[in-house]
Amino acid sequence: MSSNTDFILAIEDLTVSFDGFKAVDGLTLYINKGELRVIIGPNGAGKTTVLDLISGKTRATEGSIRFNNIELTKMKEHQIVRAGIGRKFQTPSIYGNLTVFENLELSYPYDRNVFGSLRFKRSQAVVEKIFEVAEEIFLEELLEKQAEFLSHGQKQWLEIGMLLVQDPELIMLDEPVAGMTAKERDATALLLKKIAKRRSVVIIEHDMGFVGKIADKVTVLHLGKIIKEGTMEAVQNDPTVKKVYLGH
Amino acid sequence: MNSLKDYTDPSFSKLLYQRLFANKEALVGFLILTALLLLVLPLFLSPFRLGLAGRYLCYAFVAVGLVMCWGKAGILSLGQGMFFGAGGYCMAMFLKLEASDPESTAIQTTPGIPDFMDWNQVTELPWFWMPFKSFPLTVLLILVVPLVLAFVMSFFYFKGRVTGVVFAILTQSMVACLWYFIVGNQGYFGGINGITDLKTLNGWDIREDSSQRILYFICSLLLLACILLSRYILSSRLGRVLVAQRDMENRVRFSGYNITSFKVFVFCFAAVISSIGGALFTLQVGFMSPNLIGVVPSIDMVIFTAVGGRESLLGAVYGALAVSYAKTIFSEAYPNLWMFFYGGVFIAIVLFLPKGLAGLYQDNIKVWVKNWMRKPETDPESLKIKESEVNNVE
Repeated sequence: MSSNTDFILAIEDLTVSFDGFKAVDGLTLYINKGELRVIIGPNGAGKTTVLDLISGKTRATEGSIRFNNIELTKMKEHQIVRAGIGRKFQTPSIYGNLTVFENLELSYPYDRNVFGSLRFKRSQAVVEKIFEVAEEIFLEELLEKQAEFLSHGQKQWLEIGMLLVQDPELIMLDEPVAGMTAKERDATALLLKKIAKRRSVVIIEHDMGFVGKIADKVTVLHLGKIIKEGTMEAVQNDPTVKKVYLGH
Repeated sequence: MNSLKDYTDPSFSKLLYQRLFANKEALVGFLILTALLLLVLPLFLSPFRLGLAGRYLCYAFVAVGLVMCWGKAGILSLGQGMFFGAGGYCMAMFLKLEASDPESTAIQTTPGIPDFMDWNQVTELPWFWMPFKSFPLTVLLILVVPLVLAFVMSFFYFKGRVTGVVFAILTQSMVACLWYFIVGNQGYFGGINGITDLKTLNGWDIREDSSQRILYFICSLLLLACILLSRYILSSRLGRVLVAQRDMENRVRFSGYNITSFKVFVFCFAAVISSIGGALFTLQVGFMSPNLIGVVPSIDMVIFTAVGGRESLLGAVYGALAVSYAKTIFSEAYPNLWMFFYGGVFIAIVLFLPKGLAGLYQDNIKVWVKNWMRKPETDPESLKIKESEVNNVE
């Protein structure tokens, strides 16, 4: 058993193999409290798998994931969420037939069991929280709009907003700016920086320009292993990273 | 601009009203159904036809349950007959014990036990028949037996993430098992003949026209109550979670909900409602047999729901009434051909009305009525469009 650490997230020797293929191979990664970390890497590097492992969607074959020194590898998805980890999916996952308000409300982190949700009352605290988040994600004028009629970028924001309502200590985002216009990207970069002031954020991203704008520290993943960790500048100038991205 | 007040929930009574009747349409729809069940049908139908309607309404309980678990939560069950039967058999066992008092069964080898037990050389009342000597206990069991059955069945499946077609097939095989179990245990459950010859409920003769009429009203009122209860559940956060997990399971899971417990809840809820329907069915028909609850009736119940519209609680009632009525008419008029009619109607519904009768109303009739109501005014909007078109051309 490894000792306690000050890290919000401590991943040690994490391995997962699908029929012998190691999608993540002996990964060790530490995330500080309040850090904004970006994970990059070519296709098939295992980035999304790492998020799946942390959030409990996929079970680890070996290794440990500790969140505030709580072991996550044996926990269920909803327990991990309740421990304080929020996750956004690669394609926007929102409830199309509900309004923006209802989408956000459903993520409100109380009364999430069967009978609690039967009793759940829309109190002033709930509404205030939702208004506050809606403003942050630029959707305050669209609360009554049915979510399926939002633009793609707005859907991405809505899902980020759903995480904010949950108020997790650690937020994990899988390609949050995919499919956004340049203007939306800039707004999102600001939003993410603001979010990261209060909590830790892990982002998977392809868009290098965007990564440069937001990242404190970048981790490069290739074939399930970390090949480089450092500032954006250091990573971009690293010969191994260049080789991996540009081919041999 | 949005204000806090528009969103916070109002006081309890107002909230309850809002939840049950979200808008005028929901209120009117419910009142129309209430009027139909409590006024129109009893006034215009002969006692015989009203009795039939009462039986169809028992299936509507199952259909309402299926709207909840299939339509809203996406869990298709082809085994609702199991729960219908649980209630039906509980009630039948109580009535049978009452009908088997020592005097009326004096000619049996062992007087005082149900006749079929006597024919099967059972000489003592089995222990599991004991609770059915008491009416309150029977009522309790009508609610508890399906609950336990549904819970045990669904908990492990949903925990193991068994869903969709696989779950549907499992429920169907369960109902088949139950059928064989009852048929195989003739001495304990009356076998293929079922439990017959039921006469009185606490001394009240259930076979007379007047009591059939009273049972019809009890049945209607309970059905309306079940619809309101379902509406209440659907309008709460629980209802939104159910629909959300149907469409976007992962998002709900990663919002911190334990989906298993929600699925188990809705499945159990549907089971209990179905069981109430089954108990009322036994009371109105006067017997209960395995062929009323087997694989075929279970599929019939899904058809009722599909025809009514699987997402509409009121539609489910109309579906159960319409299909059962059509079944009766067809089978009376064309005894040899009616199965083809029945199958044809079902295919037509699936092909042309995937949302059932409720969809027909929502997508066609409502739109048509709206347009028709708007026509008398000279339609200023269309005029405007024409003007702008003219401008564009210039």
